[in-house]
Amino acid sequence: MLTIKNLHASVEGKEILKGLDLQVQAGEIHAIMGPNGSGKSTLAQVLAGRKEYEVTKGSVEYNGKDLLELSPEDRAREGVFLAFQYPVEIPGVNTSYFLRTALNEKREYEGKKPVSAMEFLKLIRDRMKLVQMDESFLKRAVNEGFSGGEKKRNEILQMAVLEPQLAVLDETDSGLDIDALKIVAQGVNSLKNEKNAVILVTHYQRLLDYIVPDYVHVLYKGKIVKSGDKNLALELEKQGYDWLKEDVPYESVKE
Amino acid sequence: MNQPITDKFWYEVNFADLEKRLNGQSHSPLHKIRREAMQHFTRMGFPSIRKEEWRFTDVSSLNNTGFKPATVAPVKVTEPLFKPFFLNDPQHSRLVFLNGQYIPELSATRSPSGVYISGLADALQKMPELVQRYITRYANYIDREFTALNTAFLHDGAFIYVPDNVILKEPIHLLYLTSAAGNTLVSHPRNLVVTGANSAVTVLESYAGADADKYLTNPVTEVIAGENAVVEHYKIQQESLQAYHIAALFVHQQRSSTVNLHSYSFGGAIVRNDVINVLAGEGCGSNLNGLYLAGGSRLVDNHTLIDHARPHCSSRQVYHGILDGNARAVFSGKIHVRPEAQKTDAIQSNKNLLLSDSAMVDTKPQLEIFADDVRCTHGGTVGQIDENGVFYLRSRGINEKLAKEMMIHAFAGEILRTIRNEEIHNRIDSMVLARLENGHIKY
Repeated sequence: MLTIKNLHASVEGKEILKGLDLQVQAGEIHAIMGPNGSGKSTLAQVLAGRKEYEVTKGSVEYNGKDLLELSPEDRAREGVFLAFQYPVEIPGVNTSYFLRTALNEKREYEGKKPVSAMEFLKLIRDRMKLVQMDESFLKRAVNEGFSGGEKKRNEILQMAVLEPQLAVLDETDSGLDIDALKIVAQGVNSLKNEKNAVILVTHYQRLLDYIVPDYVHVLYKGKIVKSGDKNLALELEKQGYDWLKEDVPYESVKE
Repeated sequence: MNQPITDKFWYEVNFADLEKRLNGQSHSPLHKIRREAMQHFTRMGFPSIRKEEWRFTDVSSLNNTGFKPATVAPVKVTEPLFKPFFLNDPQHSRLVFLNGQYIPELSATRSPSGVYISGLADALQKMPELVQRYITRYANYIDREFTALNTAFLHDGAFIYVPDNVILKEPIHLLYLTSAAGNTLVSHPRNLVVTGANSAVTVLESYAGADADKYLTNPVTEVIAGENAVVEHYKIQQESLQAYHIAALFVHQQRSSTVNLHSYSFGGAIVRNDVINVLAGEGCGSNLNGLYLAGGSRLVDNHTLIDHARPHCSSRQVYHGILDGNARAVFSGKIHVRPEAQKTDAIQSNKNLLLSDSAMVDTKPQLEIFADDVRCTHGGTVGQIDENGVFYLRSRGINEKLAKEMMIHAFAGEILRTIRNEEIHNRIDSMVLARLENGHIKY
């Protein structure tokens, strides 16, 4: 589904990703872990198409297409979804209108008819149960005045409505208490099937107790330096990231 | 005559004409005021940019435009011209004006007993004492040039009188249309709204004109809110894109009255909206909500003066501006708190969204506080569309243009949500949407 080869990306002239390789197949859950500043969020933003992140080398192929050639909206319509680490507040745009517009833009792209207000209401009510959100959220402006946990649940709600093929969750666990974390994880797990894939970008192992990855990758200084199964995450949890540094080739440690 | 023919001089000639046509009424008390106002205008002329209040708004071109009084233009009344502007609400009252003159055929009023809703010229004939008791009382024509000019030519407009304890739920729509047909017309609409104690009224003033026409509309509205009255006032300005619209709204509030003023500016080449709001009794509340949109090389200037004269009053002003192209906006908001106006609570905010690199805003809050136990805050911002917001929307599959429009629309929506009348809300909302195109203001 997704093949990333030798990806280099910079922000404000500073290279953050320095030759990242990753392959994700349908049905898989990948966790990308690493210390602060290793490039985890940069990877997420590059995949979503943020223009401040400049790809200087390498390729990203998604379902046979060159992902880097697509606009952010087309990526979304093709089924790529980024759950933001810091969801943006949009005063004045109500959540219901926003979600319906997004869904209908995607449906139009797929050549489907727009959903009616009634159909949408039925769908959204069903999906809101997944993340235990109250219907009153629909009338509120997108993320405005939401607590940290509410914002993260709203991200998963959007994912539930748009049903992406590839979901990238950027530190969706950060700032969540254990109850909210469980709700978010349950939401993600119930949306998971053999046709879609999830990339979990996280600093901590905690989330992986609830969303069990098939693969764990360690990102360090812009490269994946170690890959393994879920046990790698446990190892990281026990030992921190310091032990990894010794395994990293000299030139990428030096700075 | 060697003297250059300036429009100021021309107005004097016109005033002499007006006097001749008054046919015996030239000794009425009102006409004494007209004369006095004309003297003040003659003394002042049009304001120059050397005057602080007009520093950013150059109206010197008014001096040689050769405007004709709207009364000399042939008035052709056709309903289709007006119909799109009518409210659908079957219960509302409507006063229709073409080139400043009242058109009874297209007007429809519903007034319970004791309520007067009529053309001002009619009211001056039928109930001169009642009208003259209030008119020009609060509209300062001594040092406001355009109010002086309006007062000198005071002739027609709207008169609304709501006695004590009467609640009018349905709006009263004052529709001013200018159809100049190539003539550079000038009109001076004059509106007077008087409300008694414990009364309530909703007034909508709208101004519109054909897009290619160049003309000057110089309206003055006086609103007197009686004790404990609630006045909802809306103004929609969608004049021709060549027009000058220089307006003043004087609001005088008595004890415990509430006034909600809504100002929407969409059209005009040079637009000036002055609001002079005096909170003259204890416990008054005043809310001003304003939205202005401008593209091209248009200028829209909002000047507000909130005069807190008595204690325990609150005022809240929120103005949003959306500017594109080479448009320019001015917001000057003055809050004046007199020494006895303790416990004043005054808030002012002006936010501007610039959609181009060459649009400009001058925002100037002024606090003049002479009482010591008050809370006054003000803030002004000028910025671009939040790119993070646009990216967030795009990352959900919403195309870039629509994403930008959603952001702009939402910015306007923060002002629109204060509109209580659903039909007026929907009308204004569609006016905003009609002016957005590809993430820009269409002009």
